[in-house]
Amino acid sequence: MLLIRCPYCEADRAEVEFTYAGEAHIDRPEDPSALSDAEWEAFLFLRSNPRGTHFERWYHIHGCARYFNAVRDTVSDKFLMTYKAREPRPTELEIADAKK
Amino acid sequence: MAHFSFSTLVRKAIGGDKDWPQQWAKPEPKSDYDVIIVGAGGHGLGAAYYLAKEHGITNVAVLEKAWLGGGNTGRNTTIIRSNYLYDESARLYDHALDLWEGLSQEINYNVMFSQRGVMMLAHTVHDVQILKRHIHANRLGGVDNEWLSPEEAKAFCPPLNISSKSRYPIMGAALQRRGGVARHDAVAWGYARAAAARGVDIIEQCAVTGILRAADGRVQGVETTRGTIGAKKIAICAAAHSSVIMDMAGLRVPIECYPLQALVSEPIEPAFPCVVLSNTVHAYISQSDKGELVIGAGTDQYVSYSQGGPLHSIEHTVAAICEMFPIFTRLRLLRNWGGTVDVTPDRSPIIAKTPVQGLYLNGGWGTGGFKATPGAAHLLAWTVAKDEPHPINAPYTMERFRTGRLIDEAAAAAVAH
Repeated sequence: MLLIRCPYCEADRAEVEFTYAGEAHIDRPEDPSALSDAEWEAFLFLRSNPRGTHFERWYHIHGCARYFNAVRDTVSDKFLMTYKAREPRPTELEIADAKK
Repeated sequence: MAHFSFSTLVRKAIGGDKDWPQQWAKPEPKSDYDVIIVGAGGHGLGAAYYLAKEHGITNVAVLEKAWLGGGNTGRNTTIIRSNYLYDESARLYDHALDLWEGLSQEINYNVMFSQRGVMMLAHTVHDVQILKRHIHANRLGGVDNEWLSPEEAKAFCPPLNISSKSRYPIMGAALQRRGGVARHDAVAWGYARAAAARGVDIIEQCAVTGILRAADGRVQGVETTRGTIGAKKIAICAAAHSSVIMDMAGLRVPIECYPLQALVSEPIEPAFPCVVLSNTVHAYISQSDKGELVIGAGTDQYVSYSQGGPLHSIEHTVAAICEMFPIFTRLRLLRNWGGTVDVTPDRSPIIAKTPVQGLYLNGGWGTGGFKATPGAAHLLAWTVAKDEPHPINAPYTMERFRTGRLIDEAAAAAVAH
Protein backbone atom coordinates (compact mmCIF):
# COMPACT_ATOMS: atom_id res chain seq x y z
CA MET A 1 0.00 0.00 0.00
CA LEU A 2 1.38 3.36 -1.02
CA LEU A 3 1.16 6.41 1.21
CA ILE A 4 0.18 9.42 -0.85
CA ARG A 5 0.26 13.05 0.25
CA CYS A 6 -2.74 15.01 -1.00
CA PRO A 7 -1.57 18.59 -1.61
CA TYR A 8 -5.07 19.94 -0.97
CA CYS A 9 -5.76 18.03 2.26
CA GLU A 10 -2.09 18.42 3.23
CA ALA A 11 -2.17 14.92 4.69
CA ASP A 12 -0.58 11.52 4.00
CA ARG A 13 -3.33 9.06 3.13
CA ALA A 14 -3.53 5.39 2.14
CA GLU A 15 -3.55 4.50 -1.56
CA VAL A 16 -7.08 3.08 -1.35
CA GLU A 17 -8.43 6.64 -0.95
CA PHE A 18 -7.07 7.53 -4.39
CA THR A 19 -7.56 6.67 -8.04
CA TYR A 20 -4.73 6.88 -10.55
CA ALA A 21 -5.54 9.11 -13.51
CA GLY A 22 -2.73 8.62 -16.02
CA GLU A 23 0.27 10.62 -17.11
CA ALA A 24 0.29 14.32 -16.18
CA HIS A 25 1.02 17.41 -18.28
CA ILE A 26 -0.67 16.15 -21.45
CA ASP A 27 -2.56 19.12 -22.79
CA ARG A 28 -5.79 18.76 -24.70
CA PRO A 29 -5.41 20.04 -28.26
CA GLU A 30 -6.62 23.62 -28.59
CA ASP A 31 -7.88 23.06 -32.12
CA PRO A 32 -8.76 19.35 -32.40
CA SER A 33 -9.85 19.49 -36.03
CA ALA A 34 -6.42 20.79 -37.03
CA LEU A 35 -4.62 17.72 -35.68
CA SER A 36 -3.01 15.19 -38.02
CA ASP A 37 -3.43 11.43 -37.45
CA ALA A 38 0.07 11.30 -35.98
CA GLU A 39 -0.73 14.09 -33.54
CA TRP A 40 -3.93 12.32 -32.49
CA GLU A 41 -1.98 9.13 -31.98
CA ALA A 42 0.50 10.97 -29.76
CA PHE A 43 -2.25 12.68 -27.75
CA LEU A 44 -4.41 9.58 -27.27
CA PHE A 45 -2.00 6.68 -27.12
CA LEU A 46 1.70 7.51 -26.78
CA ARG A 47 2.92 7.82 -23.21
CA SER A 48 6.38 8.21 -21.78
CA ASN A 49 6.24 5.00 -19.66
CA PRO A 50 9.67 5.67 -18.14
CA ARG A 51 11.65 3.32 -15.96
CA GLY A 52 12.34 6.03 -13.38
CA THR A 53 10.80 9.44 -12.72
CA HIS A 54 7.16 9.69 -13.81
CA PHE A 55 4.78 12.66 -13.76
CA GLU A 56 1.24 11.49 -13.11
CA ARG A 57 -2.24 12.54 -12.00
CA TRP A 58 -4.08 11.17 -9.00
CA TYR A 59 -7.65 11.73 -7.89
CA HIS A 60 -8.44 11.88 -4.17
CA ILE A 61 -11.77 10.20 -4.75
CA HIS A 62 -12.49 9.20 -1.13
CA GLY A 63 -11.16 12.48 0.29
CA CYS A 64 -11.39 15.97 -1.13
CA ALA A 65 -12.35 14.60 -4.60
CA ARG A 66 -9.79 16.77 -6.37
CA TYR A 67 -7.16 15.94 -9.00
CA PHE A 68 -3.53 16.69 -8.29
CA ASN A 69 -0.15 15.80 -9.78
CA ALA A 70 2.65 13.65 -8.44
CA VAL A 71 6.24 12.76 -9.23
CA ARG A 72 6.96 9.09 -8.51
CA ASP A 73 9.80 6.69 -9.21
CA THR A 74 8.36 3.77 -11.19
CA VAL A 75 11.00 1.29 -9.99
CA SER A 76 10.76 1.91 -6.23
CA ASP A 77 7.18 3.28 -6.39
CA LYS A 78 8.39 6.02 -4.00
CA PHE A 79 6.52 9.34 -4.27
CA LEU A 80 9.05 12.15 -4.64
CA MET A 81 6.52 14.96 -4.39
CA THR A 82 2.90 15.87 -5.05
CA TYR A 83 1.62 19.26 -6.18
CA LYS A 84 -1.63 20.98 -7.09
CA ALA A 85 -3.12 20.54 -10.54
CA ARG A 86 -2.26 23.91 -12.06
CA GLU A 87 1.22 24.22 -10.63
CA PRO A 88 4.09 23.93 -13.13
CA ARG A 89 5.98 20.69 -13.70
CA PRO A 90 8.79 20.48 -11.10
CA THR A 91 12.29 21.12 -12.44
CA GLU A 92 15.01 18.46 -12.46
CA LEU A 93 16.71 20.35 -9.62
CA GLU A 94 13.59 20.18 -7.45
CA ILE A 95 13.21 16.45 -8.19
CA ALA A 96 16.87 15.81 -7.36
CA ASP A 97 16.32 17.64 -4.05
CA ALA A 98 13.29 15.49 -3.30
CA LYS A 99 15.33 12.33 -3.89
CA LYS A 100 17.82 13.28 -1.14
CA MET B 1 20.85 -33.06 -27.88
CA ALA B 2 20.19 -36.25 -25.95
CA HIS B 3 16.65 -37.40 -26.71
CA PHE B 4 14.36 -37.56 -23.65
CA SER B 5 12.02 -40.54 -23.40
CA PHE B 6 10.45 -42.85 -20.85
CA SER B 7 13.45 -45.17 -21.13
CA THR B 8 15.96 -42.36 -20.40
CA LEU B 9 13.86 -41.45 -17.37
CA VAL B 10 13.97 -45.04 -16.08
CA ARG B 11 17.69 -45.46 -16.83
CA LYS B 12 18.63 -42.21 -15.07
CA ALA B 13 16.39 -43.06 -12.11
CA ILE B 14 18.13 -46.42 -11.68
CA GLY B 15 21.45 -44.59 -11.88
CA GLY B 16 20.42 -42.28 -9.04
CA ASP B 17 19.67 -39.32 -11.34
CA LYS B 18 23.38 -38.47 -11.28
CA ASP B 19 24.52 -37.72 -14.81
CA TRP B 20 21.81 -35.73 -16.52
CA PRO B 21 23.52 -33.74 -19.27
CA GLN B 22 23.63 -29.95 -19.38
CA GLN B 23 20.58 -28.94 -21.39
CA TRP B 24 22.00 -25.91 -23.14
CA ALA B 25 25.44 -24.33 -23.34
CA LYS B 26 26.50 -20.99 -21.90
CA PRO B 27 28.51 -19.54 -24.80
CA GLU B 28 30.42 -16.26 -24.91
CA PRO B 29 28.80 -13.81 -27.32
CA LYS B 30 30.20 -13.88 -30.88
CA SER B 31 30.99 -10.62 -32.67
CA ASP B 32 28.14 -10.93 -35.20
CA TYR B 33 24.80 -12.66 -35.61
CA ASP B 34 22.17 -12.75 -38.33
CA VAL B 35 19.45 -12.19 -35.74
CA ILE B 36 19.60 -11.00 -32.14
CA ILE B 37 16.56 -11.56 -29.97
CA VAL B 38 16.34 -9.37 -26.89
CA GLY B 39 14.75 -11.22 -23.98
CA ALA B 40 15.05 -14.92 -23.09
CA GLY B 41 11.49 -15.59 -22.03
CA GLY B 42 9.18 -18.08 -23.71
CA HIS B 43 8.46 -15.74 -26.63
CA GLY B 44 12.13 -14.93 -27.36
CA LEU B 45 13.44 -18.47 -26.95
CA GLY B 46 10.54 -19.84 -28.97
CA ALA B 47 11.19 -17.35 -31.77
CA ALA B 48 14.84 -18.44 -31.85
CA TYR B 49 13.74 -22.08 -32.07
CA TYR B 50 11.32 -21.44 -34.96
CA LEU B 51 13.88 -19.25 -36.79
CA ALA B 52 16.29 -22.19 -36.69
CA LYS B 53 13.79 -24.95 -37.36
CA GLU B 54 11.39 -23.44 -39.90
CA HIS B 55 13.52 -20.79 -41.60
CA GLY B 56 17.02 -22.28 -41.41
CA ILE B 57 18.43 -19.22 -39.63
CA THR B 58 20.70 -20.62 -36.94
CA ASN B 59 23.21 -17.80 -36.45
CA VAL B 60 20.99 -16.39 -33.73
CA ALA B 61 21.63 -15.07 -30.22
CA VAL B 62 19.06 -14.61 -27.48
CA LEU B 63 20.27 -11.93 -25.05
CA GLU B 64 18.89 -11.85 -21.54
CA LYS B 65 19.50 -9.14 -18.98
CA ALA B 66 18.91 -11.39 -15.97
CA TRP B 67 18.23 -15.12 -16.04
CA LEU B 68 16.34 -17.25 -18.52
CA GLY B 69 12.55 -17.31 -18.00
CA GLY B 70 12.73 -15.02 -14.95
CA GLY B 71 10.41 -12.31 -16.21
CA ASN B 72 6.75 -12.66 -17.03
CA THR B 73 7.30 -16.22 -18.33
CA GLY B 74 8.03 -17.34 -14.76
CA ARG B 75 5.55 -15.02 -13.06
CA ASN B 76 2.20 -15.67 -14.73
CA THR B 77 -0.59 -18.01 -13.68
CA THR B 78 -0.13 -20.27 -16.76
CA ILE B 79 -3.69 -20.08 -18.09
CA ILE B 80 -4.15 -20.97 -21.76
CA ARG B 81 -7.31 -20.23 -23.76
CA SER B 82 -8.29 -18.77 -27.12
CA ASN B 83 -11.95 -17.73 -26.76
CA TYR B 84 -11.43 -14.07 -27.60
CA LEU B 85 -14.18 -11.98 -29.17
CA TYR B 86 -12.67 -10.53 -32.33
CA ASP B 87 -11.72 -12.64 -35.35
CA GLU B 88 -8.15 -11.31 -35.35
CA SER B 89 -7.69 -12.25 -31.69
CA ALA B 90 -9.39 -15.64 -31.95
CA ARG B 91 -7.15 -16.53 -34.93
CA LEU B 92 -4.02 -15.42 -33.07
CA TYR B 93 -4.71 -17.25 -29.82
CA ASP B 94 -6.18 -20.32 -31.54
CA HIS B 95 -2.99 -20.55 -33.62
CA ALA B 96 -1.09 -20.65 -30.33
CA LEU B 97 -3.47 -23.25 -28.90
CA ASP B 98 -2.93 -25.47 -31.96
CA LEU B 99 0.82 -25.29 -31.34
CA TRP B 100 0.41 -25.93 -27.59
CA GLU B 101 -1.29 -29.24 -28.38
CA GLY B 102 1.83 -30.63 -30.06
CA LEU B 103 4.48 -28.69 -28.18
CA SER B 104 5.82 -31.35 -25.80
CA GLN B 105 6.41 -33.73 -28.73
CA GLU B 106 7.74 -30.96 -30.96
CA ILE B 107 10.50 -29.87 -28.57
CA ASN B 108 10.89 -33.26 -26.81
CA TYR B 109 10.27 -31.63 -23.44
CA ASN B 110 7.28 -32.15 -21.20
CA VAL B 111 5.63 -28.75 -20.80
CA MET B 112 2.83 -30.43 -18.81
CA PHE B 113 0.13 -28.92 -21.01
CA SER B 114 -3.16 -29.94 -19.42
CA GLN B 115 -6.40 -29.22 -21.28
CA ARG B 116 -8.58 -29.27 -18.18
CA GLY B 117 -10.97 -26.58 -19.41
CA VAL B 118 -11.22 -22.87 -18.72
CA MET B 119 -14.53 -21.68 -17.30
CA MET B 120 -15.57 -18.02 -17.18
CA LEU B 121 -18.31 -17.15 -14.73
CA ALA B 122 -21.26 -14.83 -15.30
CA HIS B 123 -22.59 -13.07 -12.20
CA THR B 124 -24.85 -10.46 -13.77
CA VAL B 125 -27.22 -10.17 -16.73
CA HIS B 126 -24.54 -8.09 -18.42
CA ASP B 127 -21.98 -10.89 -17.92
CA VAL B 128 -24.44 -13.41 -19.40
CA GLN B 129 -24.93 -11.27 -22.48
CA ILE B 130 -21.22 -10.66 -22.99
CA LEU B 131 -20.22 -14.29 -22.52
CA LYS B 132 -22.97 -15.50 -24.87
CA ARG B 133 -21.82 -12.97 -27.44
CA HIS B 134 -18.32 -14.42 -27.13
CA ILE B 135 -19.69 -17.96 -27.50
CA HIS B 136 -21.61 -17.10 -30.67
CA ALA B 137 -18.65 -15.23 -32.17
CA ASN B 138 -16.33 -18.12 -31.31
CA ARG B 139 -18.70 -20.70 -32.79
CA LEU B 140 -18.79 -18.78 -36.07
CA GLY B 141 -15.00 -18.57 -36.00
CA GLY B 142 -14.51 -22.27 -35.28
CA VAL B 143 -13.23 -21.75 -31.73
CA ASP B 144 -14.72 -24.01 -29.07
CA ASN B 145 -16.65 -22.25 -26.32
CA GLU B 146 -19.94 -23.37 -24.82
CA TRP B 147 -22.58 -22.12 -22.39
CA LEU B 148 -23.20 -23.90 -19.08
CA SER B 149 -26.10 -23.39 -16.69
CA PRO B 150 -25.17 -22.88 -13.01
CA GLU B 151 -25.90 -26.57 -12.34
CA GLU B 152 -23.77 -27.68 -15.30
CA ALA B 153 -20.99 -25.35 -14.10
CA LYS B 154 -21.21 -26.93 -10.64
CA ALA B 155 -21.06 -30.41 -12.16
CA PHE B 156 -17.94 -29.44 -14.09
CA CYS B 157 -16.33 -27.72 -11.09
CA PRO B 158 -17.76 -29.14 -7.83
CA PRO B 159 -16.13 -26.65 -5.39
CA LEU B 160 -18.15 -23.82 -6.98
CA ASN B 161 -20.71 -22.12 -4.73
CA ILE B 162 -23.84 -21.63 -6.87
CA SER B 163 -26.11 -20.62 -4.01
CA SER B 164 -28.48 -17.82 -5.01
CA LYS B 165 -27.72 -16.24 -1.62
CA SER B 166 -24.08 -15.53 -2.38
CA ARG B 167 -23.06 -11.94 -2.91
CA TYR B 168 -22.30 -12.48 -6.60
CA PRO B 169 -24.60 -15.36 -7.59
CA ILE B 170 -23.44 -17.47 -10.53
CA MET B 171 -25.88 -17.19 -13.44
CA GLY B 172 -23.96 -19.43 -15.82
CA ALA B 173 -20.56 -19.88 -17.34
CA ALA B 174 -18.71 -20.08 -20.64
CA LEU B 175 -16.46 -23.12 -20.95
CA GLN B 176 -13.59 -23.64 -23.35
CA ARG B 177 -12.70 -27.33 -23.05
CA ARG B 178 -9.48 -27.02 -25.07
CA GLY B 179 -8.17 -24.43 -22.61
CA GLY B 180 -6.04 -25.26 -19.61
CA VAL B 181 -2.64 -24.73 -18.06
CA ALA B 182 1.01 -25.61 -18.74
CA ARG B 183 4.23 -25.57 -16.74
CA HIS B 184 5.62 -22.10 -17.46
CA ASP B 185 9.28 -22.77 -16.56
CA ALA B 186 9.28 -25.92 -18.67
CA VAL B 187 8.18 -23.90 -21.70
CA ALA B 188 11.21 -21.61 -21.39
CA TRP B 189 13.58 -24.50 -20.62
CA GLY B 190 12.20 -26.68 -23.39
CA TYR B 191 12.49 -23.98 -26.04
CA ALA B 192 15.99 -23.05 -24.76
CA ARG B 193 17.17 -26.66 -25.04
CA ALA B 194 15.61 -27.17 -28.47
CA ALA B 195 16.94 -23.85 -29.81
CA ALA B 196 20.45 -24.42 -28.42
CA ALA B 197 20.49 -27.87 -30.04
CA ARG B 198 19.98 -26.15 -33.40
CA GLY B 199 22.87 -23.76 -32.85
CA VAL B 200 21.26 -20.77 -31.13
CA ASP B 201 23.43 -18.96 -28.54
CA ILE B 202 21.60 -18.17 -25.29
CA ILE B 203 23.47 -15.45 -23.42
CA GLU B 204 22.28 -14.57 -19.92
CA GLN B 205 23.48 -11.67 -17.73
CA CYS B 206 23.80 -9.55 -20.87
CA ALA B 207 21.69 -6.37 -20.79
CA VAL B 208 21.17 -4.39 -23.97
CA THR B 209 22.15 -0.76 -23.39
CA GLY B 210 21.94 0.66 -26.90
CA ILE B 211 20.91 -0.10 -30.47
CA LEU B 212 23.47 0.65 -33.19
CA ARG B 213 22.29 2.10 -36.50
CA ALA B 214 24.00 2.40 -39.88
CA ALA B 215 24.09 5.67 -41.82
CA ASP B 216 20.97 4.64 -43.76
CA GLY B 217 19.08 4.02 -40.51
CA ARG B 218 19.03 0.22 -40.49
CA VAL B 219 20.12 -1.65 -37.37
CA GLN B 220 23.73 -2.81 -37.13
CA GLY B 221 23.88 -4.36 -33.69
CA VAL B 222 23.52 -3.76 -30.00
CA GLU B 223 25.62 -2.31 -27.19
CA THR B 224 25.45 -4.61 -24.19
CA THR B 225 26.96 -4.94 -20.75
CA ARG B 226 29.17 -7.64 -22.32
CA GLY B 227 30.35 -5.53 -25.27
CA THR B 228 29.17 -4.63 -28.73
CA ILE B 229 27.48 -7.37 -30.77
CA GLY B 230 26.69 -6.97 -34.46
CA ALA B 231 23.36 -8.06 -35.96
CA LYS B 232 21.53 -7.78 -39.26
CA LYS B 233 18.16 -7.99 -37.55
CA ILE B 234 16.99 -7.38 -33.99
CA ALA B 235 13.74 -8.69 -32.52
CA ILE B 236 12.54 -7.32 -29.21
CA CYS B 237 10.76 -9.74 -26.88
CA ALA B 238 11.42 -7.75 -23.73
CA ALA B 239 7.84 -7.48 -22.41
CA ALA B 240 7.98 -4.85 -19.67
CA HIS B 241 11.13 -3.32 -21.13
CA SER B 242 9.69 -2.87 -24.64
CA SER B 243 9.41 0.91 -24.19
CA VAL B 244 12.89 1.20 -22.72
CA ILE B 245 14.52 -0.73 -25.59
CA MET B 246 12.45 0.89 -28.35
CA ASP B 247 13.48 4.25 -26.88
CA MET B 248 17.12 3.26 -27.62
CA ALA B 249 16.12 3.21 -31.30
CA GLY B 250 14.35 6.55 -30.97
CA LEU B 251 10.85 5.03 -31.22
CA ARG B 252 7.87 5.72 -28.98
CA VAL B 253 5.46 2.82 -28.55
CA PRO B 254 1.86 2.83 -27.29
CA ILE B 255 2.66 0.72 -24.23
CA GLU B 256 2.43 1.39 -20.50
CA CYS B 257 3.63 -0.97 -17.76
CA TYR B 258 1.58 -1.99 -14.74
CA PRO B 259 2.13 -4.36 -11.80
CA LEU B 260 0.21 -7.63 -11.80
CA GLN B 261 0.32 -9.87 -8.77
CA ALA B 262 -0.28 -13.56 -8.23
CA LEU B 263 -0.17 -15.89 -5.25
CA VAL B 264 -0.22 -19.55 -4.32
CA SER B 265 -1.70 -21.42 -1.39
CA GLU B 266 -0.17 -24.27 0.54
CA PRO B 267 -0.37 -27.55 -1.43
CA ILE B 268 -3.49 -29.65 -0.90
CA GLU B 269 -4.99 -32.86 -2.33
CA PRO B 270 -6.40 -32.53 -5.86
CA ALA B 271 -9.59 -30.56 -5.26
CA PHE B 272 -9.96 -28.23 -8.19
CA PRO B 273 -10.42 -29.80 -11.63
CA CYS B 274 -10.30 -26.84 -14.01
CA VAL B 275 -9.45 -23.16 -14.40
CA VAL B 276 -12.05 -20.62 -13.30
CA LEU B 277 -12.04 -16.94 -14.23
CA SER B 278 -14.40 -14.28 -13.04
CA ASN B 279 -14.31 -10.79 -14.42
CA THR B 280 -16.92 -9.26 -12.15
CA VAL B 281 -15.29 -10.25 -8.87
CA HIS B 282 -11.92 -10.21 -10.56
CA ALA B 283 -10.23 -13.44 -9.71
CA TYR B 284 -8.81 -16.44 -11.46
CA ILE B 285 -7.83 -19.73 -9.93
CA SER B 286 -6.51 -23.17 -10.81
CA GLN B 287 -4.63 -25.93 -8.99
CA SER B 288 -1.06 -26.76 -9.95
CA ASP B 289 0.21 -30.33 -10.26
CA LYS B 290 2.08 -29.73 -6.98
CA GLY B 291 -1.31 -29.10 -5.35
CA GLU B 292 -1.01 -25.38 -4.74
CA LEU B 293 -3.94 -23.21 -5.68
CA VAL B 294 -2.64 -20.63 -8.15
CA ILE B 295 -4.54 -17.36 -7.84
CA GLY B 296 -4.21 -14.24 -9.96
CA ALA B 297 -5.19 -10.71 -9.05
CA GLY B 298 -6.02 -7.78 -11.30
CA THR B 299 -3.45 -5.28 -12.53
CA ASP B 300 -2.72 -2.36 -10.27
CA GLN B 301 -3.72 1.06 -11.46
CA TYR B 302 -0.43 2.94 -11.76
CA VAL B 303 2.60 2.68 -14.08
CA SER B 304 5.34 0.71 -12.37
CA TYR B 305 8.37 -1.52 -13.05
CA SER B 306 8.57 -2.65 -9.41
CA GLN B 307 7.60 -6.33 -9.99
CA GLY B 308 5.55 -6.04 -6.82
CA GLY B 309 2.32 -4.47 -5.76
CA PRO B 310 0.14 -3.49 -2.84
CA LEU B 311 -1.46 -5.95 -0.44
CA HIS B 312 -4.95 -4.52 -0.90
CA SER B 313 -5.08 -5.94 -4.45
CA ILE B 314 -4.40 -9.39 -3.06
CA GLU B 315 -6.94 -8.93 -0.29
CA HIS B 316 -9.57 -8.01 -2.89
CA THR B 317 -8.82 -11.15 -4.93
CA VAL B 318 -8.71 -13.49 -1.94
CA ALA B 319 -12.05 -12.13 -0.72
CA ALA B 320 -13.57 -12.96 -4.11
CA ILE B 321 -12.09 -16.47 -4.12
CA CYS B 322 -13.42 -17.19 -0.62
CA GLU B 323 -16.88 -15.99 -1.66
CA MET B 324 -17.02 -18.30 -4.68
CA PHE B 325 -15.23 -21.26 -3.10
CA PRO B 326 -16.09 -21.42 0.61
CA ILE B 327 -14.06 -24.65 0.96
CA PHE B 328 -10.86 -22.64 0.54
CA THR B 329 -11.47 -20.10 3.31
CA ARG B 330 -9.15 -21.82 5.80
CA LEU B 331 -6.25 -22.33 3.39
CA ARG B 332 -3.00 -20.54 4.12
CA LEU B 333 -1.23 -18.63 1.40
CA LEU B 334 2.40 -19.55 0.83
CA ARG B 335 3.76 -16.69 -1.22
CA ASN B 336 2.90 -13.85 -3.55
CA TRP B 337 4.86 -12.05 -6.23
CA GLY B 338 4.46 -9.47 -8.96
CA GLY B 339 5.25 -9.12 -12.63
CA THR B 340 5.31 -6.04 -14.83
CA VAL B 341 2.84 -6.26 -17.70
CA ASP B 342 3.20 -4.19 -20.87
CA VAL B 343 -0.26 -2.99 -21.82
CA THR B 344 -1.38 -1.37 -25.09
CA PRO B 345 -4.40 0.96 -25.30
CA ASP B 346 -6.55 -1.71 -27.03
CA ARG B 347 -5.16 -4.61 -24.93
CA SER B 348 -3.96 -6.41 -28.05
CA PRO B 349 -0.28 -7.09 -28.72
CA ILE B 350 2.09 -5.71 -31.33
CA ILE B 351 3.93 -8.31 -33.47
CA ALA B 352 5.34 -6.28 -36.30
CA LYS B 353 8.09 -4.61 -38.24
CA THR B 354 8.93 -1.17 -36.89
CA PRO B 355 9.77 2.05 -38.78
CA VAL B 356 13.46 1.18 -38.21
CA GLN B 357 14.74 -1.22 -40.90
CA GLY B 358 15.73 -4.55 -39.35
CA LEU B 359 14.05 -3.91 -36.00
CA TYR B 360 11.02 -6.01 -35.00
CA LEU B 361 8.78 -5.75 -31.96
CA ASN B 362 6.85 -8.47 -30.18
CA GLY B 363 5.33 -6.76 -27.16
CA GLY B 364 2.34 -5.20 -25.53
CA TRP B 365 0.99 -8.61 -24.52
CA GLY B 366 -0.31 -7.22 -21.25
CA THR B 367 -1.56 -9.97 -18.99
CA GLY B 368 -2.20 -12.44 -21.83
CA GLY B 369 1.26 -13.28 -23.09
CA PHE B 370 1.86 -16.75 -21.69
CA LYS B 371 -1.09 -18.39 -23.46
CA ALA B 372 0.23 -17.06 -26.76
CA THR B 373 3.83 -18.20 -26.27
CA PRO B 374 4.18 -20.74 -29.13
CA GLY B 375 2.00 -18.69 -31.47
CA ALA B 376 3.78 -15.40 -30.82
CA ALA B 377 7.17 -17.09 -31.19
CA HIS B 378 6.14 -18.80 -34.43
CA LEU B 379 4.69 -15.62 -35.96
CA LEU B 380 7.60 -13.43 -34.88
CA ALA B 381 10.09 -15.87 -36.42
CA TRP B 382 8.12 -15.75 -39.69
CA THR B 383 8.00 -11.93 -39.61
CA VAL B 384 11.74 -11.62 -38.96
CA ALA B 385 12.76 -14.29 -41.50
CA LYS B 386 10.59 -12.99 -44.33
CA ASP B 387 10.62 -9.30 -43.36
CA GLU B 388 6.85 -9.30 -43.68
CA PRO B 389 4.07 -10.36 -41.32
CA HIS B 390 2.29 -13.71 -41.45
CA PRO B 391 -1.42 -13.21 -42.32
CA ILE B 392 -2.33 -13.97 -38.68
CA ASN B 393 -0.21 -11.19 -37.20
CA ALA B 394 -0.66 -8.72 -40.09
CA PRO B 395 -3.32 -6.74 -38.14
CA TYR B 396 -1.05 -6.42 -35.08
CA THR B 397 0.97 -3.41 -36.25
CA MET B 398 2.17 -0.38 -34.33
CA GLU B 399 0.51 1.82 -36.97
CA ARG B 400 -3.01 0.75 -36.00
CA PHE B 401 -2.97 3.38 -33.25
CA ARG B 402 -2.55 6.00 -35.94
CA THR B 403 -4.96 4.61 -38.53
CA GLY B 404 -7.59 3.69 -35.95
CA ARG B 405 -7.79 -0.01 -36.92
CA LEU B 406 -7.69 -1.10 -33.28
CA ILE B 407 -8.33 -4.67 -32.16
CA ASP B 408 -10.27 -3.50 -29.18
CA GLU B 409 -10.21 -6.45 -26.79
CA ALA B 410 -9.98 -3.83 -24.03
CA ALA B 411 -13.67 -3.17 -24.45
CA ALA B 412 -14.55 -6.77 -25.33
CA ALA B 413 -12.48 -8.67 -22.77
CA ALA B 414 -14.24 -11.41 -20.93
CA VAL B 415 -11.65 -10.85 -18.22
CA ALA B 416 -9.66 -7.71 -17.70
CA HIS B 417 -6.26 -8.46 -19.19
